[in-house]
Amino acid sequence: MKRLGILATAALACGLASTAMAGEIETGGKLKLTHGVSALEGGAGGGLSTWAVIAGDETDHGVGGEVHGTYVDVKDYKLRAFGGAVGWHDRVELSATRQEFDTGATGAKLGLGKGFTFKQTVLGAKVRVLGDAVYNQDSWVPQVSVGAQYKDNSQDAIVRAVGAKDDKGVDWYVAATKVLLNQSLVLNGTVRMTKANQTGLLGFGGVNGGYKPQFEGSAGYLLSKRLVVGAEYRTKPSNLAFAKEDDWMDLFAAYAVNKHLSVTAAYVDLGDIATFKNQRGVYLSLQAGF
Amino acid sequence: MRKTFVFAALAAFTLAGSAFAQDTAPPGEKPVDPYAQSPANAAATPLADPATFQAFHGKEGLVRIANDLVDRSIADPRIKDIFATTDVPRLKRTLAEQFCYVLGGGCVYTGRDMAAVHKDMGVTNRDFNALVENLQWAMDKEGVPFAVQGKLLAKLAPMQRKVVER
Repeated sequence: MKRLGILATAALACGLASTAMAGEIETGGKLKLTHGVSALEGGAGGGLSTWAVIAGDETDHGVGGEVHGTYVDVKDYKLRAFGGAVGWHDRVELSATRQEFDTGATGAKLGLGKGFTFKQTVLGAKVRVLGDAVYNQDSWVPQVSVGAQYKDNSQDAIVRAVGAKDDKGVDWYVAATKVLLNQSLVLNGTVRMTKANQTGLLGFGGVNGGYKPQFEGSAGYLLSKRLVVGAEYRTKPSNLAFAKEDDWMDLFAAYAVNKHLSVTAAYVDLGDIATFKNQRGVYLSLQAGF
Repeated sequence: MRKTFVFAALAAFTLAGSAFAQDTAPPGEKPVDPYAQSPANAAATPLADPATFQAFHGKEGLVRIANDLVDRSIADPRIKDIFATTDVPRLKRTLAEQFCYVLGGGCVYTGRDMAAVHKDMGVTNRDFNALVENLQWAMDKEGVPFAVQGKLLAKLAPMQRKVVER
């Protein structure tokens, strides 16, 4: 095992050295905010929703990446997410995110115990298949990407106890993003095939069925090169018998401090979650990248 | 019949005039090989909305923006090498003409075609975006509101397909 580690490290070092010598690693070059911000499930998006743009500041010759920390504080719950994403040639995006859904005092009322926390790992892959969100202003064709998110919930027994069929699941999606420079708008629409309950935090599937198509819509108005304000809406399935699941929405502002740092703040309405009504509150996300 | 003759004479005169203009470069500019002048060379159709042109402070404003854009770009470590052999006064003049034409200011664009003029320059998307940033800087300096800046950027953005080669 140790030997394998050394071999892998040596191979990686050789690979990096040879790439560096060939001068192949290029970073940077995108216009500010044109790669969106980190989505809750990792990768590039608008916050609650996943977009067609590719993470990182790289263009079609380069490599980019970003890490993010996101904190959501609604009436009866807290959600923390930490993760990173790598973008390759503005074409392929790989992401990994850890989500912690902290029930706090609500946990005791749910019979789970105070501070009970659902945890989930989301591994994502996204490929841009056509178009360019920014350049093709003479056409209505958006940038279109397809992607998958593999989600693994750590609370196997609990999510089954609430009625989910599985503690693991894969979401498949098609996303379309368009920047309209003439109107200072950025628009996104995403169709997601999913069986995830509360994005997977309450497991996958249930008595009301499995995979269903869901829609995510975002609209942002660019106030400057650095600042975009907008709204998002995300439909959700309602697979579990014990509690109705609601659609999500938010009003957001994203500010690019510079090319490497951006802050997103939002007011979110997550509806009812696990029988607790009207989960509204704040969403804060910090993103650093290259 | 007589009308036709007048038109023909006028056309001949105009053609001779434009050929002459290409042979003798404007003051401060180097001569260029003859090429066909056409509004199509500007690679965008003019805007119909006069308010936008006014928000750029007319032709004078666009001349300042073009000058600032070029001055900043030829000093920009990211892209200055691309301009190593560029005829700077000519670039400033033709850029201002192009901006003025596409914003509906009624200017004549006398420069070359976008694909031809960028041929073999090896411009990348990163270079293109660097120039866009410099243009945004120049428009900010001129005091053009951000929402109006987007009208010019929307006209120029599709040129990426003709400018970027690799």
